[in-house]
Amino acid sequence: MSIRWNNYDVANFHDELVEKCDSPRQYAQDLCVYLQGLSDNEINEFKAAADSAIHVMGITFRVYNDEEGSIDRAWPFDIVPRLIDKKEWQQIEVGLKQRVKALNMFIDDLYNDQKIIEDGVFPADLLTKSKNFLPQCKGFSPPLGVWAHICGSDLVRDNQGTVYVLEDNLRVPSGVSYMLENRLVMKRVFPEMFEKYNILPVDDYPSELYDMLAQLSPRKGIEPEIVVLTPGIYNSAYFEHAYLAQQMGAELVQGDDLFVDENDVCFMRTIDGPARVDVIYRRIDDDFLDPEAFNPESTLGVPGLMRAWKAGNIGLANAPGSGVADDKVVYAYVPEIIKYYLGEEAILPNVPTYKCQDEEERNYVLENIDQMVVKPANESGGYGMLIGPHANKHDHDEFRDLIKADPRNYVAQPMLILSTAPTLVDTEVEPRHLDLRPFILSGETVSVTTGGLTRVALRKGSTVVNSSQGGGSKDTWIVDMEAQ
Amino acid sequence: MLSRVANSIYWMGRYLERAENTARLVNVNSHLLLDLPRRVKLGWEPIVDILSNRELFHSFHEEVNEHNVVNFIIEDKENLGSIISSLSAARENARTIREIIPRESWEQINSIYLQASENKEAIYSRRQRYEYLKNIILSNQLITGLLAGTMTHDEGYKFLRIGRNVERADMTTRIIDVRSASLLPDLEHEQTAFENIQWMGVLKSLTGYQMYRREVRLRISRPDVLKFLLLQEKFPRSVSHTLNQVDECVATLPKSEHVHSSIGVVKKQLLQAKPESLKQDKLHEFIDEIQIGLSDIHNELSRVYF
Repeated sequence: MSIRWNNYDVANFHDELVEKCDSPRQYAQDLCVYLQGLSDNEINEFKAAADSAIHVMGITFRVYNDEEGSIDRAWPFDIVPRLIDKKEWQQIEVGLKQRVKALNMFIDDLYNDQKIIEDGVFPADLLTKSKNFLPQCKGFSPPLGVWAHICGSDLVRDNQGTVYVLEDNLRVPSGVSYMLENRLVMKRVFPEMFEKYNILPVDDYPSELYDMLAQLSPRKGIEPEIVVLTPGIYNSAYFEHAYLAQQMGAELVQGDDLFVDENDVCFMRTIDGPARVDVIYRRIDDDFLDPEAFNPESTLGVPGLMRAWKAGNIGLANAPGSGVADDKVVYAYVPEIIKYYLGEEAILPNVPTYKCQDEEERNYVLENIDQMVVKPANESGGYGMLIGPHANKHDHDEFRDLIKADPRNYVAQPMLILSTAPTLVDTEVEPRHLDLRPFILSGETVSVTTGGLTRVALRKGSTVVNSSQGGGSKDTWIVDMEAQ
Repeated sequence: MLSRVANSIYWMGRYLERAENTARLVNVNSHLLLDLPRRVKLGWEPIVDILSNRELFHSFHEEVNEHNVVNFIIEDKENLGSIISSLSAARENARTIREIIPRESWEQINSIYLQASENKEAIYSRRQRYEYLKNIILSNQLITGLLAGTMTHDEGYKFLRIGRNVERADMTTRIIDVRSASLLPDLEHEQTAFENIQWMGVLKSLTGYQMYRREVRLRISRPDVLKFLLLQEKFPRSVSHTLNQVDECVATLPKSEHVHSSIGVVKKQLLQAKPESLKQDKLHEFIDEIQIGLSDIHNELSRVYF
């Protein structure tokens, strides 16, 4: 059987490409007709071509498991793209910019005057219990007042078609290299479709990133030395670190390659001797960044980096301490944060979020835990969360205890019915749930990637899209239907 | 250029060269065996001696036979000098410098490793082994060509060439040492025809046969072969040539005086010793000295740059 849209059952989901049985959305019509015209052989051929491109290009991520240790896995890729109409995308883009702007003002305020607390909009005790608030950053404001230079926000759509922000990743968000590589794979596999559609390009990201990083250089007027700081080849996102360094023409460095001298200036060790570094795009978590200031056991970081940063001798992206706004409890306050700093209503809605800190909301969560998604405040990658409707009674009780023991650390959200898109299963398509992670760059101006990384839960019925837990990805096409 | 990066490129060059040389050596040995009379006990021991040591080999295998040696030399991951180990190390080094080397060359290094690991059953059949090894040799040549044709010939490229040539010098001297030792004593008078074949084998393991014939039209003889492999400056696998290459590359690098003089020491040894006239035991001592000199060059490089 090849692809037949009259067999494709969207059930009660909002599907990104198909409105209802046998009726593709307007912007997906050409794609659906094209896919239906493919024979089984062609589909298999395309799948093989994509797999082999991924294999040869070495697009991998690392996973850890007990039996095999750390291994490189090819990133599962679905060849059916996810389409978004440019008109809708422009709205989302404006909403993302608004959100990140406010979040940066919020972080800057927290480390300085704390007006938002003084004005009673944000509770003081949330801050004191936050794991990601770094007292070492108090009283400091980085150049341009920007802390989170690179933000990856996860968007989902529910079955009513509304797009929500599910979370903001302000520490070291990853995935952008897959967005760029997916496009290259698609161009190798489906060149015909690129002639039919007006698909907005994504390849500008590395230049935008470079320009933004260059704005952070403390030495003006000379070409800055920009480096990407990676924990090394055993990190799950090493592929991306190397990729971005390569695309920007920046050095990829590890902690050992850098040192800070007694004048708080940062250098890298080269074959010519020490060379001054101006900007570090760091992909190491705060805690490991500088053993002098944070975890003294860290061998990944650079002793003295915080000194150099606070002395204004080095630009760091993202700034240490940005993670304070990347907390699932802070998330619940984002609409208020936007209103407080910008005087605007949030353009992109939050998923309704219950703060377990609040007694009333907590009781609601404890009673309805089987209907909710419970998340710890500071974890990422889908670890440590409970998906109520998919869990058993034992898990429910376990999480009830966890919440009671440390209410500040948990939030809960109603189970959203995520949107789906057609995804190849053998040679047919079936709906699979997905999300979208656009990346927002903030420097002198704010810019957003064209689309982002679409992650798809490849297991039937699953909504967990993380690469470490059975997720895959799709190319995301922002299509300009007016220019057709 | 970062010191760590220079180090990785250097080792990437060395490991790729090692894999290629090993592949050549095994291929030539397989062919050579077919030409020799059964009573000549050449077999597979020399391969083990050239590339590793017997002790390590015997900790995995009892008998030195074709199957065991091929397993040990080509696919055994416990043997850090095996082809698969070398390719894997080259790939890990390449992975840490992906942003430095052109994308196609990374793809090629990745794919040669994947192919070699996936098809390793082929090495136990003589016919398929030939193809398998040929593929490795050609892939490495392809990588060399890709890098020469697409990578900026900057310091990084120089470190690549330094690594390649240091490894090549090391391999050429090992082959000369072991081959000449295992060849000569038994065969001196009665089997000159076979001696001839075996010296041809030595040349062929270094792909030097054709070039040797163009240079030396006389019958193959020990002194001429030694002279060719050690001193012929224009043959890319002779020790002299590789040292000149290293020297030339080092000259473009900063702070190169000490490395340069360590290369000078070995060059001088080569010129003064007249290796073609050395008897077997003296030759062995001489090769030992050259090997120590090569390792001094490596140590100087490490000390100054890595």
